[in-house]
Amino acid sequence: MNTLMLKKEQWLKISFVAITVWFIWFSNSHFDEYTIRILNNIAIFIILAVSYNLINGVTGQFSLEPNGFVAIGAYVAALLLTSPEAKQYQYAIVDPYPFVLTLHANFVVALLLGGAFAATLAACLSFPVFRVRGDYLAIVTLGFGFIIKILAINVPEVTNGSLGINDIPEFSNLYWTGGIAMIAVIVVLNIINSKFGRAMKAVRDDEDAATAMGVNTFKAKTLAFCTSAFFEGVGGGLLAALLTSISPDLFDFFFTFQLLIIIVLGGLGSTTGAIIGTVLVMGGSEWMRFLDEPMNLLGYETTAMPGMRMVVFSLGLILIMLFAREGVMGKRELTDLLKWRRKGGK
Amino acid sequence: MILKIDNVTKNFGGVTAIKETSFSVAPKEIFGLIGPNGAGKTTMFNIITGNYVPTSGEVIFRNEAISGLKPHHIVRKGIARTFQNIRLFSSMSVLDNILIGFDFQARYGFLESIVRFPRFITEERRIKARAMEILDYFGMSALAHEKAVDLSYGQQRKVEIARALATNPDLLLLDEPAAGMNPSETEELGEIIKKARVDFDLTVLLIEHDMKFVNQLCDKVLVLDYGKTIFEGKPADAIQDPEVIAAYLGDFHND
Repeated sequence: MNTLMLKKEQWLKISFVAITVWFIWFSNSHFDEYTIRILNNIAIFIILAVSYNLINGVTGQFSLEPNGFVAIGAYVAALLLTSPEAKQYQYAIVDPYPFVLTLHANFVVALLLGGAFAATLAACLSFPVFRVRGDYLAIVTLGFGFIIKILAINVPEVTNGSLGINDIPEFSNLYWTGGIAMIAVIVVLNIINSKFGRAMKAVRDDEDAATAMGVNTFKAKTLAFCTSAFFEGVGGGLLAALLTSISPDLFDFFFTFQLLIIIVLGGLGSTTGAIIGTVLVMGGSEWMRFLDEPMNLLGYETTAMPGMRMVVFSLGLILIMLFAREGVMGKRELTDLLKWRRKGGK
Repeated sequence: MILKIDNVTKNFGGVTAIKETSFSVAPKEIFGLIGPNGAGKTTMFNIITGNYVPTSGEVIFRNEAISGLKPHHIVRKGIARTFQNIRLFSSMSVLDNILIGFDFQARYGFLESIVRFPRFITEERRIKARAMEILDYFGMSALAHEKAVDLSYGQQRKVEIARALATNPDLLLLDEPAAGMNPSETEELGEIIKKARVDFDLTVLLIEHDMKFVNQLCDKVLVLDYGKTIFEGKPADAIQDPEVIAAYLGDFHND
C-alpha cells in the first residue's frame, strides 16, 4: 500500500511535468503574442502565489511582504542584466555609483542572485519577527514593503529613482517562466510533503502542541519565509526581464493585495488552489476585457464602460467567497480530490 | 530518580502559583499529581516541559538541570506531554499527527527533501513504519488516513498519547487523561497506560481528578493545594488524610 502510493505520487509528478512541458511547447507554437504574454504573466504569478502560499497558507503566518521581495529580485536582476551602455544614459537624476554600471551577469545568475538576496533579507527579518507570536509579522512585512519602495525611489544612485530602469533585455519567454514555475511548484510540494512541511502545518494548526512534540517552530517558520522570499525574488527577476522596464510604482501594496486575493480565492494552504487562483484572477481579468467595450445587450447597444470588468470581477470574487468560504480548494490538493473520488467510486 | 523537582517556586506577578515544592519520581513509576482546581498542577507541568521558567528552584531530569531549556529541546531529552484539552493538529491526518512526533528523529536536511535524496526516502519510510507500529499498538491503524478531528473523543485522547509516545520519551506527562471520558473508556485508558509503561519503558506523571482512576493506577501521589504540598505517599492513604480532605471539602473543624 505504502510503496504503491509513493509510485502513484511519482506518476502524478511525471504526468504534471509532461503536461506542462507539452503545454509550453504547444502555446509557443500555436498561440499569438498577446496570449503568450498573458501566459507569461500567469506563469510568473504562479511562482509568486505558490511561494506566498507557503508562508501564509501552509505555515499560517499572515505576512504582507511579496511586493518587497519581488521588487528586490526585479531590481537585482534588472541591474545585472541591463548592459552598461544602456544603463549609462538612463541615469538622469544623479550619476550612478560606479559599481552599478560595471555589474553584469547572465540571466540564470541574475535570477538566482535576486532570489538569494531576497532570501537573505527574509532570514534577517525572521529573527526579530518570529521570536514573538501574533500578527507582528503582518505589520513588519507591510512596513518592509513600503520601505523597499521608498528606498527604490530615494536611492537614485542605484535604482534611478522614480524613473526606474529601462531597456532590460527581454530574456523571459514561456520556456523560462513556465519552466521555473514548474520547478517552483515541485520544490514547494516537495517541502510540503516532507517533515519540514508537516512541521509548518503543525505550526499553523497549534504552535504550542507543535513545540511540545519537539518541533523547532522558529526554524519551521524561518524556512517557510526564506523559501517564499527566494521564489518571490526569482519571480521578480523574471518579471523585470519580461516587462523590460521597472519602476517603484509597480511594487506598491496593490501587488501584494492581488497575490493575497489569488491565494485566498484558491484556498489558503493549498498549492493546487494557488495555481487555480492565479489562472482565475490573472486569466479571468484578461478574458473579461470584452466587458469594457461597447456591447449589444439583448438588443440594447451599450457604450464602452471602462472598469466594467472590474465590477463583474469583484462580484465574482464576492460570490465565490460567499459560497466557498475556504476558497476553491480549501486546504485540499489535487491528490486529495483523486483519493476522494476513488473512495466514492467504491 | 528520573525526575527531581527541587524547591521550585513560580510567581506570576504577585500570585504564587507554586511555592517551594519538591518531589522526586522514580523510574517506571506512575506518579499522580492531584489537588483542587488552581492548585498549580498544570503550572508544574508547564515548568517541567519548559513552557515556564521557575522563579526559583531546579528541575532535574536524569541528573541534568533542565529548567531554562526551550520546550522543543526538553522533548528531545525524553519528556513528552499531552494537554488537558485535546490539542491535535486539526487539518492533518492521524498518521501525520503521529509523524510530527518523529519530526526531530528523521535524519534528513532541507535540501535533501527538496531534491528527494535517497536518504529522504529511506528516512520517511522508516518513520512512517514506526508511526504505523504505534498506531497498531493502540489498535488504530485502520484510522491512519482519517482526519484527526473526525475521530471520537476517546480516540482523539488515544491519538494524543500515541503522538506523545512517538517522541520516544522516558517520562510521559499526562494532563487529565481521563477528563470527559465515560467509566468504561476511563478503565480502558488505565489499562493502556499500565501496558504502555511496560512496553515503552515509561515513567508516567499524571494529573487527574478522578480519584478512582488515580487509586487504581498510581504508585504514588502528591497532593497540591494553593501551590503547596500537603501530602505525599500512597493514593489509598491520601483519601484518608485530614489535610487532603480539608483541601477538597473545606475544613469543618474551624468553621
